[in-house]
Amino acid sequence: MTERRHIPAAIKLRREFVTAEGIDLRLQLGSAGERAMAFVIDISIMVGAYLLAGAILGVVFKSSGEMTQQTLLIVWLLAGFALRNGYFIAFELGMRAATPGKRAMKLRVVARDGGRLTGEAVIARNLMRELEFFLPLTFLFSSWGESWLDVGSWFAALAVVLVFLLFPLFNKDRLRVGDLVAGTWVVHVPRRELGRSVGERATRPGAEPRYVFTDAQLAAYGEFELQKLEEVLRRQDDLSLIVVARAIRGRIGWTGPDTDDYGFLEAYYTALCERLERGMLFGKRRANKHQQG
Amino acid sequence: MSARDLSAGSGQRFREARGEDWARLESMLDDIERGRASQLTSGELFELPVLYRATLSSLSVARETSLDADLVAYLESLSTRAYFILYGVHAPFWRRLMRFFAHDWPAAVREVWRETGVAVAMIVVGAVAAYLLVRSDPSWYYAFIGDDLAQGRDPSASYDTLHKSLYDTPDGLSVFASWLFAHNAWVAIRCFAFGFAFGVPTALMLVETGCMMGAFFAVFVPKGLGFQLAGWLAIHGTTELFAIALAGAAGLRIGMAIAFPGRQSRFASAVSAGRVSGMVMLGVGVMLAVAGTLEGIGRQVITNDWIRIAIGGGALILWLLYFYVVPLRAGTPRD
Repeated sequence: MTERRHIPAAIKLRREFVTAEGIDLRLQLGSAGERAMAFVIDISIMVGAYLLAGAILGVVFKSSGEMTQQTLLIVWLLAGFALRNGYFIAFELGMRAATPGKRAMKLRVVARDGGRLTGEAVIARNLMRELEFFLPLTFLFSSWGESWLDVGSWFAALAVVLVFLLFPLFNKDRLRVGDLVAGTWVVHVPRRELGRSVGERATRPGAEPRYVFTDAQLAAYGEFELQKLEEVLRRQDDLSLIVVARAIRGRIGWTGPDTDDYGFLEAYYTALCERLERGMLFGKRRANKHQQG
Repeated sequence: MSARDLSAGSGQRFREARGEDWARLESMLDDIERGRASQLTSGELFELPVLYRATLSSLSVARETSLDADLVAYLESLSTRAYFILYGVHAPFWRRLMRFFAHDWPAAVREVWRETGVAVAMIVVGAVAAYLLVRSDPSWYYAFIGDDLAQGRDPSASYDTLHKSLYDTPDGLSVFASWLFAHNAWVAIRCFAFGFAFGVPTALMLVETGCMMGAFFAVFVPKGLGFQLAGWLAIHGTTELFAIALAGAAGLRIGMAIAFPGRQSRFASAVSAGRVSGMVMLGVGVMLAVAGTLEGIGRQVITNDWIRIAIGGGALILWLLYFYVVPLRAGTPRD
């Protein structure tokens, strides 16, 4: 159901990214939702680790003297500050340039100019997070109800926090203020397995062709339909197979055997793919069925 | 070659011909991403760029000749991963950390020396002005120091109250120390962040910090406690005020870069100033942690004025030596 809305969003977040070898990698930027989710995961990990460490320290040093406990409390509080800043920086300086949250969402931090991601950039983008998020938040929580701050200023501060927080939604590259300053952006880099190629079975050498299509029958569709057909064949969902097979049979005026929907679609896919790819080699492309080949 | 073979999709044949290279590249990338790069033989390391370029070439061939969407998407993802591993690598975190202390931080601090001078001057001007104002009319004191900060240390306070405030240990030592750290960090970060408003709020905050100090002195000096107050402040204050001055300098740097971008675009100028300032600020965090520890623990434990001043002065000299005198070890080029 999200299929229709998903495609334009994916294209909107696609960016040209030409490597030194001159090939465009067509990077996909991380969406605001993925970024937010990654951040929530990271925060949960940090808070969890912090509280766990606190609990362990509390149990281990339960019976030690007050001076030791006081010192430990200081260490623990300062460690909180170090953790908050060090976590992001240490992970983003790593090989994958991503925190565990970003890894889970298949994101990675990349320099916008295509060069290497420098240490300064990582540090700058994460220090800005301190300004964008943690400090205003601490300020809001600690200052609520304090005599020196009236309610109006408190809401003004809240507005500032919201501006920073929602900033990625108001620019097309989904940049945080930190990304803006550091010259980075966050891209979606999924790991993909190479799937079996569709139509492998239909083209097995030595097999008798069960379906033979005329040129006119193959001229009915273009690349867009071919790729949709590929998706259907990969998904192997019975209902869509039936619906799609019926639609294609109707359009091309098929009169041959019509009992094996999957076999029919696979054969048609292979034949159509071959025809379109041959056209490509001669520089003739057909984007979809509405365009004349 | 029979007619049957020809009818096989070109994508299929392409996969068979090149698939082995892709699989090898993929397994190498997996190893590297799991941090096992050191286990790769030198032969494999030499092969990596070759496989990467082969995959890129496969990608551009596939885009032009194949309609197999799965294949193209796979090659895009593989090439992208390989690209970032080959071109995005950098030194391990610990070496980077060493580099920060050995070179990057002092270099950034040296780069903002002019702004640092201005920031220190602003604090001094604020301090002198406030001292003179409060000495001439004590009611000025309340303009500089709020009730919650004064805690009874005002012009009407007795010698005993003031003396006590310098040597007594407040309850909850640790919480106090970390509160101080958070408070100072907040001051420093505001100094930096408001640099974006052309540095005006930063300048005001620096002067205000100086004013608070000057006002305190104006209260303590007439009671004959000037030297003791200096000791009380110096033990951590040299580090803390230096840190705040550096934060202010970082803020001023950004403000000036936005106000007077020169040949660069305003935005590019802000970004390059932001890099230097970010580096300075990272160090400011370290300094404030040191200052917080000295203030929260050192000052409560050590009550001798001379030792206090010696520690404060020693810290200042160490910072100055570290930032401006010790030669930088550049080491490897920027990575």
